[in-house]
Amino acid sequence: MWKRDRHSIVGIGNTEYSRNSGRTVRSLASEACLAAIEDAGLTTDEVDGLISFNFNDSAPAMAVATELGIPNAGYAVDFLAGGNGANLVILSAVAAIEAGLAETVVCFRAMNGRSGFRLGGGRDMAAHGITQYTAPFGWITYPQAMAMWCRRHMIEYGTSSRHLGEIAVTFRDNASRNPRAMQRKPITLDEYYDSRPIVDPFRKLDICLETDGACAVLVTSTERAKNLRHRPIMIMGGAYGGGPNQGEDLFDALRWPDHSHNYAKYIAKRLWDSAGVGPGDVDLAQIYDCFTYSIVMQLEGFGFCAEGEGGPFCMDGRISRAGELPLNTAGGLLSEAYIHGLNHVVEAVHQLRGDAGPRQIEDAEICLTTAGAMTCGSALVLRN
Amino acid sequence: MSYDKPLPWKDPESAPFWDACARHELLIPQCASCGTFRFPPTSRCPHCHAPDVNWVRSAGNGRIFSWIVVRHPVPADVFGSSVPYVVAIVELPEGVRMAGNVKGCGVDEITADMPVTVAFCDVAEGVSLPVFQAAAPGTP
Repeated sequence: MWKRDRHSIVGIGNTEYSRNSGRTVRSLASEACLAAIEDAGLTTDEVDGLISFNFNDSAPAMAVATELGIPNAGYAVDFLAGGNGANLVILSAVAAIEAGLAETVVCFRAMNGRSGFRLGGGRDMAAHGITQYTAPFGWITYPQAMAMWCRRHMIEYGTSSRHLGEIAVTFRDNASRNPRAMQRKPITLDEYYDSRPIVDPFRKLDICLETDGACAVLVTSTERAKNLRHRPIMIMGGAYGGGPNQGEDLFDALRWPDHSHNYAKYIAKRLWDSAGVGPGDVDLAQIYDCFTYSIVMQLEGFGFCAEGEGGPFCMDGRISRAGELPLNTAGGLLSEAYIHGLNHVVEAVHQLRGDAGPRQIEDAEICLTTAGAMTCGSALVLRN
Repeated sequence: MSYDKPLPWKDPESAPFWDACARHELLIPQCASCGTFRFPPTSRCPHCHAPDVNWVRSAGNGRIFSWIVVRHPVPADVFGSSVPYVVAIVELPEGVRMAGNVKGCGVDEITADMPVTVAFCDVAEGVSLPVFQAAAPGTP
């Protein structure tokens, strides 16, 4: 049974976000982890768990433990995961602490996502395993995968580029108030429409950034958190998973029931039941936005609006800073940085601590974070 | 000119499918025990877990379930001369979906539920890819 509020985020850290770090991924990971540990007022001796997720493009948890000289890395674990992993690592820290495998766990994601291994550049060109049924046709990259989902929503519900453009423009506006953001220059809807067609129905501004950088989040029991530097940000609830036929890898969705709904629909009940609140109780949300369209399915799946209404929900300023559900207040993966979704958790903690500066949402008490866009994903409900 | 796009790597489960494609036949695995069709091929039926399959010939008359138009080629040196091109997920009457390129109409003329029929494109020695041909205008 889920233990509500029993665990907290007590430290956050991140590197600079750039296009060319000129550094090893391990050094980025170590910098972010050390920053998160110090942010909590702890030392590396007091950390006994490290959890990360990667696509074979990162430094293993034990490498970071070694670089930082962590003497008691009793639970150093790596998940082979994409965006679905960004909240899963935190849930796994909770599980490890609850099981007595560790007491204080640093979760991180580090990547040279622009200068090194570019996720958007496509998977292995060798068409073996599941890719033998996709790659020979030139269906290779994640934008190409997600565009296929987006088209289904357009067919089923009439979702349009106007809706997607509103999301891109809103998040860029948020990023304009975020000194960490890689893209801070506001954009207009016309600029969105004029951005280069990449794979219909996606334009360039429907697609997230590529980033060199790292984020880290420190998790421990709420009991222990009470004596640390910051007010604990409690993990009210969480869920991971998806529906039937999640596929053979993150790209594969040939057998997925309905591409106009993603994992969110399947984990929403468990998420809200675990947290003891519902979508109407959330003050703001950091929703995984590898693409503009990812937002639409998650708004519907997590119950912020009816199925098919995700596009219209984003209109009329509803998701802006002053709207009823401010989304992706740091600019999201579309405009802040692509640290595979862990940067959403860092921003959620800033908002719930009340130190988000010009981006601060007044009286933010409960924040949803999500991670994943297709057949599987993870989500957390956090509170201060 | 040599063919530099990815070629399917046959494995023990997929070999009957690709071997049939090379003969310009579309074969779909059907569970020998419960009759459920499945695609892509796997080692056992996800419904009843029986391992044995019958490879059943399909006429390949499907409908467009979803599609994309690739305009920015990745990698550029491989797909640069092919853009814009269409990739579709096609739903077949057997109840399975498969991906393929769509030929026989403009990239902006595709519509949801549009009928298509499988054809085959010989791309390398012993390798043919299924391609979905848009039905002639006016065909129901």
